[in-house]
Amino acid sequence: MLAIIRRDFKSYFNSPIAYVLIGLYMVLLGLFFNSLLGYGVSDIMSEFVGIMNGLLLLIVPILTMRSMAEDKKNGTEVLLLTSPVRLTEIVLGKALAAFSVFMVMTFVSLIFPLIIIVVGKPDIMLIMSSYLGYILIGAVFISLGVFASSLTENQIIASLITLVSIFLIQNLDFLAGFFSGFMNKAVLWLSISDRYIDFSKGIIDITSIVFLISFALVFIFLTVRVLEHKRWSQG
Amino acid sequence: MIEIQNLTKEYGNVMAVDDISFTVGKGEVLGFLGPNGAGKSTTMNILTGFISSTAGVVKVAGVDILENPVEVKKHIGYLPEQPPLYLDMTVSEYLDFCAKLKAVPIKKWSSQKKDIMELVKITHVSHRLIKNLSKGYKQRVGLAQALVGTPEVLVLDEPTVGLDPKQIIEIRKLIKALGKKHTIILSSHILPEVSAVCDRVIIINKGKIVAIDTPENLSKKLSDFSRFTITVAGPENEVKEIIANVEGVKYLETGTKIKDDEYSYIVEADKNVDVRKPLFNQLAQNSFPILELKSLNLSLEDIFMQLITNEEKEAI
Repeated sequence: MLAIIRRDFKSYFNSPIAYVLIGLYMVLLGLFFNSLLGYGVSDIMSEFVGIMNGLLLLIVPILTMRSMAEDKKNGTEVLLLTSPVRLTEIVLGKALAAFSVFMVMTFVSLIFPLIIIVVGKPDIMLIMSSYLGYILIGAVFISLGVFASSLTENQIIASLITLVSIFLIQNLDFLAGFFSGFMNKAVLWLSISDRYIDFSKGIIDITSIVFLISFALVFIFLTVRVLEHKRWSQG
Repeated sequence: MIEIQNLTKEYGNVMAVDDISFTVGKGEVLGFLGPNGAGKSTTMNILTGFISSTAGVVKVAGVDILENPVEVKKHIGYLPEQPPLYLDMTVSEYLDFCAKLKAVPIKKWSSQKKDIMELVKITHVSHRLIKNLSKGYKQRVGLAQALVGTPEVLVLDEPTVGLDPKQIIEIRKLIKALGKKHTIILSSHILPEVSAVCDRVIIINKGKIVAIDTPENLSKKLSDFSRFTITVAGPENEVKEIIANVEGVKYLETGTKIKDDEYSYIVEADKNVDVRKPLFNQLAQNSFPILELKSLNLSLEDIFMQLITNEEKEAI
């Protein structure tokens, strides 16, 4: 599994993808950071991490679209599937590689809280809990993206599926408004942005952490099922 | 080493592989021969655990592939039709990655890597990106990949396809050399290749096994006559009469006229009689010298066509 993580991670940096993503991300974050400073919001950092959260909608589809789809298209899938490695290891390896790139991006974004820490006196614990929420949500979206990528060999379709799904998940609160009673509660329970609000307030709730990690693992599991199913049906 | 029983694979209504059974012994080189779409690749994909069968048992080294796929995969090196290469890696990086995937012990790896690269002659391109290599080199890197971890079984799907004649000969030599240490299954639709490299041949058509035997036996079985062409200097009618009167000759036909009074003839004789000596004596007595005598035994190609067309006739 380690080998797969390392290979895929390197491959992100072999192609322009990682650099373009990081560059794009930093430019966007810089712009938002600048305008937030101008507004004079009291709690800049949790606002800011909230924006980072929203930007996952753009970042994750690009990050994960190639994950499974590229192997299928190049035929390297055969190598992975005929090596003495479990399917779960393959999928986890791919997802963790994408997650590692995501972590590099997160690390680079730490420059903004650092600026705040240098010039002001923010609540560091609050920044950390916001970041924790952001990272967990990132993990959910990435495993969703890997799942989408396993459904097709076309990277553009994979990224579109991911984009639409993340958009829907980010707006579950809004969608919940269409339902009432039990359905309303069920949809709200699934809502991820709801969970993030807690983190951004500095509330680290174990159930939220468990919820987000399980959410991510469900997609990993589904991806494994997709691969398994393909073996039984087609060539 | 490899045991396949009643293997079947359906894609919807299409039977890609239909109730195939065979075994491959240790150290054997088995050729898998058939026209495109006969089910060669499908069988290989099932054997290597890439896809699953609809029914049937596949055992490698006594282990069932459904029960313990990871264990079976440890014994197999697979070169699919399209070599599974990561184009953005260098040859060396790629092989390192394969070694890790196949859990080759790190201590053994550096010397093994050197050996493999020398064997398939890619040492001098080891630091180049795979995407910049020619088709022939890509194929070799694919073969190197299959050799990583020195698996007992090598499964090679059309290993020489798309190569130039020189490369084809090299790869065949290489496969022959590998056959001394490994059990090899290779598929091909090129007949001379199979007869040159393999101990045993399976001819497959439309998902079914048409014949299993050694290349020599296959030609023997199917040639009822011993056939040859003979070129003789002498007037056609007289020569023909002499040949026809030799005991054992069943069929005679004038072939091409080469020069004045030089004709080639096609002769078919009884399988159990060697007519060549009496033929020579008779013609010599009449001082009609034999200029050429060439066997027309069925090549694998003829057999192949014969088997496949027979099948089709029966089907109709």
